[in-house]
Amino acid sequence: MTEFGIGAAVKRKEDFRFLTGRGTYTDDINRPGQLYAWIVRSPHASADIRSVDTDAAKNAPGVVAVFTGADLAADGVGGVPCGWQVTDKHGEPMKEPPHPALVADRVRHVGDQIAVVIAESKDQARDAAELVEVDYAELSPATSIADALKDGAPQVWDEAPGNICYDWELGDQAAVEAAFGQAAHVASIDITNNRLIPNAIEPRAAIGDYDPASGDYTLYTTSQNPHVIRLLMGAFVLSIPEHKLRVYAPDVGGGFGSKIYHYAEEAIVTWAAGKLQRPVKWTAERSESFMSDAHGRDHVTHAELALDGDGKFLALRVHTDANMGAYLSTFAPSIPTYLYALLLAGTYTTPQIYCNVRAVFTNTVPVDAYRGAGRPEATYLLERLVDVAARVTGIDRVEIRRRNFIPKDAFPYQTPVVVQYDSGDYQATLDTALRHAEWDGFEFRRQEAAERGKLRGIGISTYLEACGIAPSAVVGSVGARAGLYESANVRVHPTGSVTVFTGSHSHGQGHETTFSQLVADQLGVPLESVEIVHGDTAKVPFGMGTYGSRSLAVGGTALIKAMDKIIAKGKKIAAHLMEASEADIEFKDGAFTVSGTDKSTTLAEVALTAYVPHNYPIEELEPGLEEQAFYDPTNFTFPGGCHVCEVEVDPDTGVVEVVNFTAVDDVGRVINPMIVEGQVHGGVAQGIGQALLESCAYDQESGQLLTGSYMDYTMPRADNVPSFHVSHEMTLCTHNPLGVKGVGEVGAIGSPPAVINAVVHALEPLGVTDIAMPATPQRVWQAIQAAQTQAAAE
Amino acid sequence: MYEFEYHRPSSVAEAAELVSKADDGALMAGGQTLIPTLKQRLASPSDVVDLGAIAELKGIRVEGDAVVVGAGTPHAAVAGSAEVQGAIPALAALAEAIGDPQVRNKGTLGGSIANNDPAADYPAAVLGLGATVTTNQREIAADDFFTGMFETALTDGEIVTAVRFPKPQRAGYAKFPNPASRYAIVGVLVAETSGGVRVAVTGAGSCVFRASEMEQALAGSFSAEALDGISVPADDLNNDLHASAAYRAHLVSVMAKRAVAAAQ
Ligand SMILES: Cc1cc2nc3c(=O)[nH]c(=O)nc-3n(C[C@H](O)[C@H](O)[C@H](O)COP(=O)(O)OP(=O)(O)OC[C@H]3O[C@@H](n4cnc5c(N)ncnc54)[C@H](O)[C@@H]3O)c2cc1C
Repeated sequence: MTEFGIGAAVKRKEDFRFLTGRGTYTDDINRPGQLYAWIVRSPHASADIRSVDTDAAKNAPGVVAVFTGADLAADGVGGVPCGWQVTDKHGEPMKEPPHPALVADRVRHVGDQIAVVIAESKDQARDAAELVEVDYAELSPATSIADALKDGAPQVWDEAPGNICYDWELGDQAAVEAAFGQAAHVASIDITNNRLIPNAIEPRAAIGDYDPASGDYTLYTTSQNPHVIRLLMGAFVLSIPEHKLRVYAPDVGGGFGSKIYHYAEEAIVTWAAGKLQRPVKWTAERSESFMSDAHGRDHVTHAELALDGDGKFLALRVHTDANMGAYLSTFAPSIPTYLYALLLAGTYTTPQIYCNVRAVFTNTVPVDAYRGAGRPEATYLLERLVDVAARVTGIDRVEIRRRNFIPKDAFPYQTPVVVQYDSGDYQATLDTALRHAEWDGFEFRRQEAAERGKLRGIGISTYLEACGIAPSAVVGSVGARAGLYESANVRVHPTGSVTVFTGSHSHGQGHETTFSQLVADQLGVPLESVEIVHGDTAKVPFGMGTYGSRSLAVGGTALIKAMDKIIAKGKKIAAHLMEASEADIEFKDGAFTVSGTDKSTTLAEVALTAYVPHNYPIEELEPGLEEQAFYDPTNFTFPGGCHVCEVEVDPDTGVVEVVNFTAVDDVGRVINPMIVEGQVHGGVAQGIGQALLESCAYDQESGQLLTGSYMDYTMPRADNVPSFHVSHEMTLCTHNPLGVKGVGEVGAIGSPPAVINAVVHALEPLGVTDIAMPATPQRVWQAIQAAQTQAAAE
Repeated sequence: MYEFEYHRPSSVAEAAELVSKADDGALMAGGQTLIPTLKQRLASPSDVVDLGAIAELKGIRVEGDAVVVGAGTPHAAVAGSAEVQGAIPALAALAEAIGDPQVRNKGTLGGSIANNDPAADYPAAVLGLGATVTTNQREIAADDFFTGMFETALTDGEIVTAVRFPKPQRAGYAKFPNPASRYAIVGVLVAETSGGVRVAVTGAGSCVFRASEMEQALAGSFSAEALDGISVPADDLNNDLHASAAYRAHLVSVMAKRAVAAAQ
């Protein structure tokens, strides 16, 4: 390991500009002559629009234009497309209703877009927006999965009877039924995976710009994947060809998935900029973020696990209803299917799995990927169910896991749910976690807590997840409308410094540091001589962006492959310079040497020769030293590990305090341990948020968002989390050159079941066997009351 | 935010005149409630009269058996005041548990009680300690000051100048914060005062109130055990996403006991 190379805990290069307030976010950018857009949003969850009167708004001070859905339609502006088509269990495509950028006939959730007011200042636009008169005929909404599935429920879309988007299945149902017939024990569980609101610290923003001289459009936007936005918006919404459309996502303050998707506001400002021939900026207010950023999770599930007499898992049967919201967001259909059911083997050898998923339309904000995206839902279900199985069989929680783990010598391991795992050692992560968490000393701590009047519990989760999405052919065969490779371009400058253009996008992950470390490691150049460029379609050749913990496994591999080409070309040049055979040239630590001699030349000298090719093999080799690689992975990667959570419950108030949290993750090779640890910290904080604090609530009757601000939506804060104990156990990914797996989501995936299993464990002595997320003080107190009432009755 | 005229007077008299002359004037102290309200366009005053430059509204002094806190004193100053910590530690602790550092350095005692948010902390201290509210026009006893949800005895344009807190023999405050907003879901202040035991409950109902049954029990014996089996009726309590009325009623008993245990 070198000082700055792979494995070094280098401080993040980008932090200087962030910590000194010198980042450049979309809202920091202002274009000459810029106008401001304000979106008129629906106050109703469901209503027909009888008319929209914009006359008064158009005449208000400073207003330049007011546009409605009719204006967009007249100009041939298309709807916001969905990027994934799921085929249902009868072979029919999912129901895919239109998603106009501005709706003209019916609003389908509170916050739905109706019109845009564009004025010289934001306040003028907002003032005028109050003058837009919309005549609504209110309809009763379907605001939850349960309500939308009731007989006679309000129909969100006529083309989706019963509000079903698709009814999908995976696995051999007959084989699963047969296995249940043989079972000695059956464990079952009903759970809700609570709906979450992402809450990136930077609200979404977009600036559309149009140059009448060239006919070029530019969209500045808060995106995790600018090329994807260029593709979706350019091709499907605005019909602007790629060479006339630049999408630039500058510094982005967090995404967690919510900034993957193409949102209507992006198209609206770009289109309006062309129409008005002036730049148009839109920046969300925080309350708009709550009602217009795609939400996450929102599953209702019934699951059963069949076991034999020894506690071996025989089969798993899962039924899930997943909320899509009112429209299909970019990746929404894939989340409760291919990113969920494919994970249901977890770390276990369960031979038969059947999963049935219904995707349900409701009059709520669209639901899509949120940190973990499908895998937290699968993990939560499985790890809660395994604890139930332990209770049903009387086998210890740890022991039942050990008995069912995929052994470390069984890889590559083919699961019954399509995917094949390449590597892992679940006993090892479990052993280390139990040791770090002092699992064996728990009873002593429980007694000590009891003396203080507290109920102490400990919980475990031995999770597995899939990252590095994905082999394009595989995802294409199950409905993805895009490839999921990544690109990298490496430019070695004449004096030996390096610029990397990556299709990955950093919005908090620290790529500028990690990717620089890869370059320092492979090319031997100092960290400060490397620049990582990302986020700009005008600079970066192509990219699929950052989500699903794919940046290092896919984008990093593309970078390695591009550097391999640099080294290969460099060897040819070095061979020429040193009058040796190419086969005898070795490259190490930035120097080309002729093996077995002391002849040596540096990368910088080779680069200079490439750009000043006076003495150069010009017949065989082009000048310059710049290479590009696209990498399409051959498989997913499979991080996994063990999280142990210890809690104390105050029985008087129901307050749960997380007193210890231990994470032992196998994320493959660690490039920067400090960044990896930070990613786990953030993920676990979000997982604790989901388990104990966060929940999006809609009023059942009116469809109003009840948790529309931080007064009611409980974000986790520093004092809600303990000092984490984070470490790693490494098995290498076998199919990418770095052996990396991915770390962006493991914290949010592994932790919620560990927390809830701990809370249930704490309350078990009182007779409580289940608690729903989030385990708020009120819920815990009510569970205690209910258990006591029941105990008194018995 | 809609447009308004902004004023920054340097005396209470000037402020009173400005606000009375305005079409629809609003006083502004720390702005921690008023500014979010304006930003969300829930209020559109013609004039905003900023009390921030009025020196006579600021400061803490001990006067005989009482601590007098100027209406414009920020929560952080109350929390950090040696006088308050010495005379009424429960008041300092209550101020320390309001909001976050930014809120505590901007938000004021006067703004808090004039606003009378049902989930605010200070109303419990003013009522529980039997304080007297001084305005530019009169003195108002705590028992008469808080009249309903976001309602007080203040008339239009009347300015709170100070609050006089008599020193109790002992007092304690226990707060159960809303997990999201961290305002009080329930806050109970108990005090043994020269006028008897007072128990004030905030957060639980539409307005801060006294729990008379608890007061009687504690008058007999000022101990947590004395409250065993005593609860406030859930019927009139708030019911929301975070806490049902029954849960709030339960928390009132728990917090009351904790306040007694913490009393000094
Ligand atoms: C994030 C956040 C968290 C908070 N948490 C808590 C909490 O945990 N507990 C809690 O108790 N409070 C909390 N608050 C409220 C805060 O502490 C302030 O007390 C409150 O916002 C009002 O005080 P202010 O000085 O800011 O008043 P302003 O917002 O300036 O004014 C509020 C109202 O009082 C009127 N007013 C102000 N001063 C006077 C006066 N001298 N005479 C007459 N009328 C006057 C104004 O006209 C206005 O109607 C929180 C606020 C925020 C923003």
